Amino acid sequence: MVLRAEHLGKQVSSPEGTLTILDDVSLVIPKGQTVAVLGASGAGKSTLLALLAGLDDPSSGRVWLRDHELTALDEDGRAQVRAEHVGFMFQSFHLLPSLTALENVMLPLELAGRRDARTAARAALVDVGLESRVSHYPRQLSGGEKQRVAIARAFVTTPSVLFADEPTGNLDAHTGERVLNLLFEMNRQRQTTLVLVTHDEALAARCTRRIELDAGRLSADRMN
Amino acid sequence: MAALLYALRTLARDWKSGEIGVLVVALLVAVGSLTAIAFFTDRVSKGVERQATEVLAADLRVRSSDEPNPDFFVEAGARGLDSARVLAFPSVVNFGDEGQLAALRAVSEGYPLRGALRVADDLFSSAYVVRDIPPPGEVWAESGLLARLGMAVGDTLQVGAVELRLTRVLEYRPDQSVGFVALAPTVLMNLADIPASGLVVPGSRVTWAALFAGGDAEIARFRAWLEPELVEGERLQDLSDAGEQVTGAIDRAQRFLTLASLVSVLLAAVAVAMAARRYAARHVDSVALMKCLGAPQRFVLQVGLWQLTLLALVAGVLGSVIGWLAQFGIAWLLAELVGGALPAPGWLPALMGLVTSLAVLTGFALPPIVQLRTVAPLRVLRRDLPPPRVAAWVSATTAIGVVVLMLYWVLRDLRLLLVVVGGIAVLLAALVLAGWLLVRVSGRLRGGVGVSWRYGLANISRRGGESITQVVAFGLGLMVLLLLTVVRNDLLDGWRASLPEDAPNNFIINVQPEELASVREIFRANDIEPPVFSPLVRARISHLNGVPVRELEVTDPDGRGLLTREANLSWSAPLPASNTLVAGRWWAEDSRGTEVSIEEGIAQSLGLGVGDTLGFSIAGEPLTGQITSIRAVAWDSFDPNFFVLFQPGEIEEFPTTWITSVFVPRDERTALLELVRQHPSVSVIDLESIIAQVRQVMDRASLAVQYVFGFTLLAGVVVLLAAVQATRDERRYESAMLRTFGARQGVVLRGIVAEFVALGLLAGILASVGAVVIGQVLARQVFRLDYAVDPMVLFGGPILGALLVGIAGTLATRSVVRTPPVQTLRA
Repeated sequence: MVLRAEHLGKQVSSPEGTLTILDDVSLVIPKGQTVAVLGASGAGKSTLLALLAGLDDPSSGRVWLRDHELTALDEDGRAQVRAEHVGFMFQSFHLLPSLTALENVMLPLELAGRRDARTAARAALVDVGLESRVSHYPRQLSGGEKQRVAIARAFVTTPSVLFADEPTGNLDAHTGERVLNLLFEMNRQRQTTLVLVTHDEALAARCTRRIELDAGRLSADRMN
Repeated sequence: MAALLYALRTLARDWKSGEIGVLVVALLVAVGSLTAIAFFTDRVSKGVERQATEVLAADLRVRSSDEPNPDFFVEAGARGLDSARVLAFPSVVNFGDEGQLAALRAVSEGYPLRGALRVADDLFSSAYVVRDIPPPGEVWAESGLLARLGMAVGDTLQVGAVELRLTRVLEYRPDQSVGFVALAPTVLMNLADIPASGLVVPGSRVTWAALFAGGDAEIARFRAWLEPELVEGERLQDLSDAGEQVTGAIDRAQRFLTLASLVSVLLAAVAVAMAARRYAARHVDSVALMKCLGAPQRFVLQVGLWQLTLLALVAGVLGSVIGWLAQFGIAWLLAELVGGALPAPGWLPALMGLVTSLAVLTGFALPPIVQLRTVAPLRVLRRDLPPPRVAAWVSATTAIGVVVLMLYWVLRDLRLLLVVVGGIAVLLAALVLAGWLLVRVSGRLRGGVGVSWRYGLANISRRGGESITQVVAFGLGLMVLLLLTVVRNDLLDGWRASLPEDAPNNFIINVQPEELASVREIFRANDIEPPVFSPLVRARISHLNGVPVRELEVTDPDGRGLLTREANLSWSAPLPASNTLVAGRWWAEDSRGTEVSIEEGIAQSLGLGVGDTLGFSIAGEPLTGQITSIRAVAWDSFDPNFFVLFQPGEIEEFPTTWITSVFVPRDERTALLELVRQHPSVSVIDLESIIAQVRQVMDRASLAVQYVFGFTLLAGVVVLLAAVQATRDERRYESAMLRTFGARQGVVLRGIVAEFVALGLLAGILASVGAVVIGQVLARQVFRLDYAVDPMVLFGGPILGALLVGIAGTLATRSVVRTPPVQTLRA
């Protein structure tokens, strides 16, 4: 078991009153599983991802990542768990514009206090086929290249869990396909648990398990 | 360590992308303006300090108005001490038909006993040290005299009744003052030439100094012998009291200039605050990502603090280099006033530069940077989350706290601090209110103007806060420049013009009683109406209300000055024409007695009123007078006027010289030359040349102040850049939208030009109105003039403002228009 959620709920207050975004979601994700989280816009996919990754506090329920209960930790405690065990990929890549490709990949290693950050990051960029782009800045890279840097950054710390939020949402079909191949290949090699939020049925079909959300509630959870 | 590396990398990258350019430039302006003053005053202080050991040109010095007791020298010789004599007095020296007031110093063999004279063989050759003094028949003069009289080495100078050959240019003497305005150039001559010159007669206003030097122990023993021998009017000086006055003047100048430069620091700090806020806003996403990747708050905070520290270090060092370079400008502008070559500055001002840059960053940039640590990592998924906000009271408290601390650091006086803080608060409130009004009014006008202007004016009122800041920043800088250039000249010219055509333009002093008839005759022979002469008796104030002055503690510097130097007494039966009675009663014309009338300023300085008594020592004899009236004196009448007037009858028996002032047309000055030739001990002081010299000094000083306020304008430009930078994304978006809807590039650009020209106009109006108001207050309160508003002031401000802000703003913003709209909308 890598991830476990029990009775997760999230409410926010709005001018119209209290809004329930996530309602009583419980799930267990074992090591190495690839999970696609599907649902319509506003179904609570991103909120679930944020709660599972410890980016946000739930209104109710508990979350464990490996043997850390995220919901019992403060923000810095959760940050430390993320630094040690979690990798991320985002729709809009989220590369720091002020850092080169290499420095972007080095960042999580440095935050984890790794001394071999530079060599490890360089190796990760070689793995994603960007050895010729190490000293380029994000604005000098194409969309596909940016996402490959993001993949390198996500895997470089050999995380237990990789969270991806619409990883191909900003890419054309062809590039998206190539990025996904890379992502699944890296995942296979490293036995990382993958949690993907997506609208893309084809992408969901490549995962071993699919979870569907509807208006904040778990509506389906099955293996492919 | 990781935080430091990350901070370094981010800063380097942000520097390359121009992200922190404005922040750094603002810091450089702040540090540069403050350290320029600090380096300069450090040099002057070092000059004074270096000279302090030789400022007496001796170890011990006795100053007196009469020739020193010969026994002093006999005793000093017997004790194996070196000695020398100096006789100093102002006198007009002539070269051909040209006259010039000079500070004559006649010295005896051995002078200076400490330090050395430096001379040059002509005006432009390099100086060298000499161990002798001008031989009889020769003089050495400062370059200023050569320049003013058009003389060269080898020419002959008329000094009283003798002609002396100018053989060297005097570059430096140990007892010259540093940081002190010396109006008259020094002429060094041999004491042996004095009798033949006829310049010194009993009652002449001269200062003698007896110089002694030797081993410490001998000097201490000699001093013990000397002190009881001193009589009234002889004053012992050693190193401890030398230069006290000079240091005071430097302190005041330093405080004033530093306060002036603090204006730039404050404006630059505003730019720092604006730039830091934008910097923080631009880094919210990066911080969210870092936190998402596992960075704890501590790390984010460390990165922020490292960034500020690194910025402070770089700006502190670079700013100090700028300050160091800029001080050469101030030193050059004030070269004539500080006199002589200044030593190189020390390193302390650079430390001050570092502290300044750290303080400005702490006060104005720290809050938003510290707040970054609270960015929610969830922002990586939800961009709509608001960035963290710094509470207004937190920013205000840190900023005000730092400003007050910096002010205290400069002023070091709690009372003065309160006055200055209060003054700044009132001034700022007035300026901000005026700025707010201007911005409001301009917003109302936009209905009646074309599309570009409407767009520009709309931008000004929409960004109200920033607009007011810029209007105040530029308005203040322009106002000071207008005041220092146009208004100052107007007021001085107005004052000159307000003097009657035939106002006296020459003072004639040192006329002996037996010379009066002959002097009057010279005037008559030259068809000039002989002026009225006033008697002058030299005395020393010995008692106030029966208490000896040495037992009094007078804090007022003017009052203390009056008690330590010789006073000029006079007597008069009627109340002199340029005097008005402000208290008491004037004595009857035919009365005799010991009643005294004093000038109101002196009454205030010494805390005296009608009914008090003043004790004098006149030629060693005591005399007490009772104050029966207090007078206001119109000094700019140029009549001879006196702080202390006696009733006729009591002081006439003491040694008296006569003094007068007279109007002599330029083309009839031969009468004065004839007078000086026939009566060498009489001094003629040309007021016009003195006024010209005073004006030159003021020109230089005000140039230096303008130079300091140049930094203020620079700070204004930085505030503008910061404001433009803060709104760049918004402007780029607007421009893209406008152009997408079909506006041509020219139209958008015209809108931008209109916006900045309008801002500049507003700042200029504020500057002009401020300058006019201050000018009027000065005219009425200080110069007692009716001052018509100068069109240069009225139109100069808006024109200058529109040009400066219009150009700077348009240049800073033009890239916004150039960016293709598709690039902006796609991003």
